Amino acid sequence: MAIVKLKDIAQTRSGDKGNTVNVGVFAPNQAIYQVFLTELTAERVKEHFTGLVEGEVIRYELPNILALNFVCTEALDGGGSTTLRLDNLGKCFGANMLRLEIEVDDQLLKVKKRGE
Amino acid sequence: MKKVRIGAAQGFYGDTIEAAVATAEKGDVQYLCFDALAELTMAILVKDKRKNENAGFTKDIPQQMKALLPYVKEKGIKLLTNGGGINPIGAQQEILRVARELGVRGLKVAVVTGDNVLNRIPEFLEKGYTLNHLETGKPIEDVKERLEFANAYIGAEPIVKALEGGADIVVTGRTTDTAQFLAPLIYEFGWSLDEWDKLASGVFMGHLLECSAQSTGGNFSGNWWEIEGFDRMGYPIAEVSDNGNFIISKVEDRGGLVTVDTVKEQMLYEIHDPSAYLTPDVIVDLTNVKLENTGVNKVSVTGVKGKPRTDTLKVVMGYENGYASQVIVGFSWPDAMLKAKKVDETIRIQLERYGLNYQEVRTDFMGYNSLSGPLAYDSQSELNEVFLRMVVRADTKQEAARFSRLFPPIALNGPPSMSGFAGNASPRALIGMWSTLLPREEVENQMKVEVVEV
Repeated sequence: MAIVKLKDIAQTRSGDKGNTVNVGVFAPNQAIYQVFLTELTAERVKEHFTGLVEGEVIRYELPNILALNFVCTEALDGGGSTTLRLDNLGKCFGANMLRLEIEVDDQLLKVKKRGE
Repeated sequence: MKKVRIGAAQGFYGDTIEAAVATAEKGDVQYLCFDALAELTMAILVKDKRKNENAGFTKDIPQQMKALLPYVKEKGIKLLTNGGGINPIGAQQEILRVARELGVRGLKVAVVTGDNVLNRIPEFLEKGYTLNHLETGKPIEDVKERLEFANAYIGAEPIVKALEGGADIVVTGRTTDTAQFLAPLIYEFGWSLDEWDKLASGVFMGHLLECSAQSTGGNFSGNWWEIEGFDRMGYPIAEVSDNGNFIISKVEDRGGLVTVDTVKEQMLYEIHDPSAYLTPDVIVDLTNVKLENTGVNKVSVTGVKGKPRTDTLKVVMGYENGYASQVIVGFSWPDAMLKAKKVDETIRIQLERYGLNYQEVRTDFMGYNSLSGPLAYDSQSELNEVFLRMVVRADTKQEAARFSRLFPPIALNGPPSMSGFAGNASPRALIGMWSTLLPREEVENQMKVEVVEV
């Protein structure tokens, strides 16, 4: 088993609606998607965003595009036009998700990594 | 088989018009659709209108029209925009003015009104609609006196009516981001308003196009360094079939990349439950969507499902919520972080001494944690430089303005090598957002479509 950052194996994109931020996390293949299903729980993501996300995190699964969608409530300190945060529209939540580390079987990492 | 080709023209207020012109010229499209309105945009337009009764629509409309009217005339391309913002009639007048100035004749410009419900709030309350906050359940009384705008998100129907009335250009206020994109399909294919799968497909197409280059390689989190032509991005073009399925592409000689990987990122952008994306036109289910690379810069989209629309419409209101004042100052190595922290501490001592009790005082260290907050990696010691950003929330503009005046003296009185002071910007108004639901007929019974020919 290896510890990897999502940066090395996943794509992400985040966006805002009111005080909610959603983060789409995309797996490069079916096998890694299966790992995401086990490793990337709503609880794990909520813990990862401690200090940024105050509310509940809900996870939706999209096996059709090998993606998970995390909807983070009370995530923008009031919302884009009222928060004092610099990342007022939550654009960097996706990038910050890429810091999350998960355990992956070495065999599965033989797929092309980012930047290779 | 009839196909309808639609081009994305604008992803937000302030977007470039270059890509739309390229699409008009080489994209073989019948429609160019604009999404000019973000939640925040309405607040900006309200302020414009307060200063000038004729303002309140996106100011880039005249430039857009000057650039695109020749194609409307020559190629019959139709333009659909929600850039009317808080003053769609003003926008229509402006478009007519530009058309006259350019000597364009026989042009029909339609306007859709009825989304602006600010003056109807007392009427709604009297009828017994609580207007409680959709997420928090809080009562409207908390913010009622401070409302700046209130607009219902309306769907594609009135735009279809405008097209049926022969409109070449349709300008609206707060139609949904996707309404401009769906409307031409209903009009061209004669879809009924209960063919849910087709409508859902049209809305999803709009969703993929409404943020311009975000589905053609812009803001791509994958191997972004492999994307070519950030300086001249091509915006997405959809070729839609009667059954709702569509293919995303772009003008070949513009920059960007259209692949399953670039498109799927946009697929989930600002989406919550993917099996129930609520719009005024249909509830969209994305859980069976299939994306396939079918050629160079071509992605086919199938499998979008729809469910009957709801009986309610979302209304978003903005209310005045105090003022923010921000200061940014830089510090260089050595001990850049320590210096910045010392100034943060110094300012906070002064705030206390001068009795400046702001609602909130926030500190970020730009170059270290301003975009990642508590998730920042701990590597502060050898930063080449760091910018201290401090920002306060105040009740009034005057109180907010006092904050930035504390900083200039620190340049000489504080730690060494403070530099890069960007100057004291004037405080900015903060706008709170209030979402609620209304029965759709309350809004729809006041919706109007008017077509004027020049």
